[in-house]
Amino acid sequence: MTAVATDVAAPGTDSRKAGQYVYIAGVVLLCAWVLVPLYFLLINTLSSPETVNTFPKRFVPEFDMGSLSFFAGFDGILTALKNSILVAGLTMIMSIAIGAPAGYALSRFDFWGKELFRLLILLTRAFPLPLLALPLAVMFIRAGIDDTVFGLALVHTTLAIPFAVLITFSLFSGIPMELEEAAWTLGCTRLTAFTKVILPLVLPGITASAIFAFVISWNEVFAAAVLTIENRTLTAFLLQNLDTSPLHLKFAGGFILVVPALIFIFAVRKYLFAMWGIANR
Amino acid sequence: MSPRLLPYFLILPVTLFLFLFFLYPFVLVAQQAFNSSSGFTLNNFRDVTTHWKFPISLRNTFLLALAVVPIQLALSLLMATMVNRMKRGRDLILYVWTIPLGISDLAAGIIWLAIFEQSGFLNSMMGGLGLIDSPTNFLSYQSPVLVFVAIMLAEIWRATAIMLVILVAGIGLIPKEYYEAGEVFGASAWQRFLRITLPMLRPSLQTALVLRVILAFEVFAVVQALGGTLFPVLMGETYAYQFELLNGGAAAAIALIILGISITFTLIIMRALRVPKGATI
Repeated sequence: MTAVATDVAAPGTDSRKAGQYVYIAGVVLLCAWVLVPLYFLLINTLSSPETVNTFPKRFVPEFDMGSLSFFAGFDGILTALKNSILVAGLTMIMSIAIGAPAGYALSRFDFWGKELFRLLILLTRAFPLPLLALPLAVMFIRAGIDDTVFGLALVHTTLAIPFAVLITFSLFSGIPMELEEAAWTLGCTRLTAFTKVILPLVLPGITASAIFAFVISWNEVFAAAVLTIENRTLTAFLLQNLDTSPLHLKFAGGFILVVPALIFIFAVRKYLFAMWGIANR
Repeated sequence: MSPRLLPYFLILPVTLFLFLFFLYPFVLVAQQAFNSSSGFTLNNFRDVTTHWKFPISLRNTFLLALAVVPIQLALSLLMATMVNRMKRGRDLILYVWTIPLGISDLAAGIIWLAIFEQSGFLNSMMGGLGLIDSPTNFLSYQSPVLVFVAIMLAEIWRATAIMLVILVAGIGLIPKEYYEAGEVFGASAWQRFLRITLPMLRPSLQTALVLRVILAFEVFAVVQALGGTLFPVLMGETYAYQFELLNGGAAAAIALIILGISITFTLIIMRALRVPKGATI
């Protein structure tokens, strides 16, 4: 069937040719399945508020900035946007700063309790973590960091850390131990060998996993909605106003949420698979 | 520092962090759920489970998971095998197919709202084709099935990518020799998929399913954006107890129920797809 046909570069028979067409049609269809809904959101975002609320819709954007300027002028939304960026930025820094050393330790050392530690990391992925925002809300009030950007960033870091550890683990594992040992024999200490030899090699991968942490925080809804009241992030703000906000505000907000994600996934696409490939066993 | 202590020093931050923000909150949430002013109590659980909305939201959450996860599994397997035999354009297609990975569930809900709302694109399309005269409201209490379908499509659209990534990485680890041997002995493409790909993919399938099923029980923002109160789910009830009813104990009780369900399913999946000892690639 299709599978046999596509293995051969120059299809000989008709059935092979037909299979090839089915295959290509399938790929195109699945691409459309992903892209068309995004295109619809784009049309709505680039239309005036009146057009967004009328029927029937045109299937090309009219490039009107009305919805976006309404979004920018909506009370409290720019603060929410700023909060989102701050929380995601903090999450990014904390998860790498805390996670990367552990990733390095896992790749370079055999130590007692290593398996237990790995289990702890993997365990976090088997739990619905956003739920932990409920008890943390109480804890944060006691600690005086309730409703702050920092408190929310702590929760988001918990979400991002397992990924940071596993990704950096696979990155460091990809660099031969011999390289480090050679640096030691040439007069480097453990620290300078790390900063001069290893770090430049893993920096692109570290950046990718930092970006990944940013996206995890940027997209998170439940914990953000539970833990912030005055200092809402963009997702929490949109969620809370779902009942009352007009359609054009929702669509513009959705669009603003999607754009960074698109860019970020593009930036990390090279690492997306390598990190899962090793990380998932 | 001595090489024996160094790894412990490196994993210390992560361990402390996870103890404080992952393990300790479990104790707190259990305390919150079981404690009252007069000591141990099951009242929170009784209040929560006897509420009329509880059976509905429990049923809805399960129905949604049951409808969405098998389709996503089939779809991601199909996409992964398609990508695997791709010679040109593999990176581009993979990028397009993994775009939803970076999109938040709230944004995904808003994207599908653009399609299903009353002046949305589905109505416009049907109007353009002359199927309807005036736009119908798909997302109302009069059409619970359509609300369910809309949420289902949004969930499939959004969260298939995470499984795809894991499966593509897993397929990449299967040695090509097995397929070559299969071909030599005359196995068809379908047979090779059944006898080589599926069994060898078991660890990745396990990871993908565990992750996906846990996310399915956490479903929240997509439902809020599309169905609002029309389609109550467990996570939405947790949010409502915490925020609208200001009943932290009840919210904690539902959180524990969701946690229990997640752990049960994780264990079932791990058991069903366990990798026999010593059987590695």
